[in-house]
Amino acid sequence: MRHGAAQGEGRYAGLFRRPSFWIIALVIAAFVIAPLIGNDVEMRESLVLAAIYIILASNVNLMLGYAGYVNFGSIVFFGLGGYVCVYLMSAQGWPLAAAALAAGVAVSLLALVFGLGILRLRGAYFALATIGVNEAVQAVVANFNPWGGSAGLYLSPRLFLPLGGAMQALWVIYFLLVAVMGLSLYLSYVIKSSKFGLGLLAIGQNEDAAAVLGVPTPLFKALAYSASAFLPAIAGGLYFFKSAFIQPTDAFDLTLSTEAIVIVMLGGQGTITGPALGAYLYEELRGWLLTSETFSHFQLVVSGALLLVIVLFAPGGLMGWLYGRWPRLRKVLE
Amino acid sequence: MIGILASIIDGVLVGSVYGLAAMGLTLIWGVMDVVNLTHGAMIVAGMFALYLATSALGISPYAALVPIFIGGFLVGIMLYWVAVHRVIGRPPLMSLLSTFSVNLVLIGLGTAVWGTVLFNVPVSLPGISWQRYTFPGTHLLAAALTVVIAGLLYLFLYHTRIGKAVRAVAGNREAAELVGIPTTRVLSLAFALGVALAGVSGMLIGTMFPFTVLSGDTYQLKGFVVTVLGGLGNPTGALLGGIALGLIEGLATPFMPVSWTPVIEFALFVAVLIAFPKGIFALRRS
Repeated sequence: MRHGAAQGEGRYAGLFRRPSFWIIALVIAAFVIAPLIGNDVEMRESLVLAAIYIILASNVNLMLGYAGYVNFGSIVFFGLGGYVCVYLMSAQGWPLAAAALAAGVAVSLLALVFGLGILRLRGAYFALATIGVNEAVQAVVANFNPWGGSAGLYLSPRLFLPLGGAMQALWVIYFLLVAVMGLSLYLSYVIKSSKFGLGLLAIGQNEDAAAVLGVPTPLFKALAYSASAFLPAIAGGLYFFKSAFIQPTDAFDLTLSTEAIVIVMLGGQGTITGPALGAYLYEELRGWLLTSETFSHFQLVVSGALLLVIVLFAPGGLMGWLYGRWPRLRKVLE
Repeated sequence: MIGILASIIDGVLVGSVYGLAAMGLTLIWGVMDVVNLTHGAMIVAGMFALYLATSALGISPYAALVPIFIGGFLVGIMLYWVAVHRVIGRPPLMSLLSTFSVNLVLIGLGTAVWGTVLFNVPVSLPGISWQRYTFPGTHLLAAALTVVIAGLLYLFLYHTRIGKAVRAVAGNREAAELVGIPTTRVLSLAFALGVALAGVSGMLIGTMFPFTVLSGDTYQLKGFVVTVLGGLGNPTGALLGGIALGLIEGLATPFMPVSWTPVIEFALFVAVLIAFPKGIFALRRS
């Protein structure tokens, strides 16, 4: 027993000593400090989007990069989380923190139940189910009267008062989103360092072999699916609280989950810092596309072409390319 | 009661066209283990090819069928070499992502050109009246053409040398290669055939219903439901699966709003996958 305890302690102490821990801390610090310098509201708003990209991408990566399963409908978590949070606040009078947390718990429980059923399916069937689940959930929500049907739900501006008025509330939400982003990155990191993560990586390499070696594959996949729902749901709650309005077409917009996949593949699937790197590059690219006359209408086309080139010629993404050039980097930048 | 029967019959007519779309999907999936996520875009391409042929060139709608099939075949060969060939035999993740990205590009281009407004191809074809109900001529002819095309596909797969080669590659690619079948050429042919079927089914749907650039997703989803209903890689099963889906939709239409259709389809998809992983109509094959 004592031996086991000491080993466990060693495992967790090791987490703080590895460079990835501090790299993630640096990313968070940059997100906190950058907009505070000069009270830059414009920068804060573009960083909101970057933080959401990182949250969605690093949670998609839990399934895609670790277990090798594409979730085309990860936006369901974000949208449902938004709905649960906005509903609890507007109709039940819950405070933001409780509502957002409840949204995370509810959505990841739902994902667990759903995952246990659907993840017995292998490979491509799962991907197809995730496309279907988005359409189905959107249809249910659009017909669900307590949530306003297709018209959606509004939040009264009064609800910003407990956070010190609208101006200050925007800053509070921003810092909360950054916290969720940090937690997402640390979740990727902790899972990758755990036995659970090892099991997921084994599933990604060869599912039959993993099952034979004693990895409970359906359970692990369902747990990963559920874990990847928790933080995006909270982020959805915060985001739709910020816009004070939610409707099915916004909440379940597939563009965002598509972008999350592009970001993961761009940065490097299965890595911890890859999604953050990918999100940075993608947002730079997006900014450049939006200012360019010719390309502003072709955002989807460009991200699609980018994804195709990565899949065909550099499936490891940017991190994979870096590892190929400097193999030692694998130890520093995980 | 008669109203429900009429709704079911119409559902079956329309469902057979879903079956045609699914035949292409299941052919590709069964032969090369690739889930073609460009299928929706190809269905839409068929719709817009019909629109251009009738509005710009003034061709009668059904005369566009053969050119659309040939065009779809050529596009399919191109797509195979651009997006599929390199990912054959790699984990399903890669082919899913590569076809998904091509779909993004095509839908993005389509949206840039046509926007997301509704298009309609007027087809004047007398329907058949029965009691107080009239079955639209377009639905009847689409179902009839579907049956003809399915029959031709069956003849091709089971009674021609190339068709047998396609089935051999589907059964075991290495073994097929060992007995001298040029597998790569067969794979590209099967993919092109699947795309051509998607184009034709899109064209037939275009004669029946209005459509937008984004319609592909809906029909692609139906295609997947039909594919799992009919069993993977089984074109006859796909036709039966399509008819079954049409029947279910026809049965549901009088009782619930159309906006619930995706929910029914999805529930069906999951239930069938969990209860009959090999498809309902695939019992004979094993």
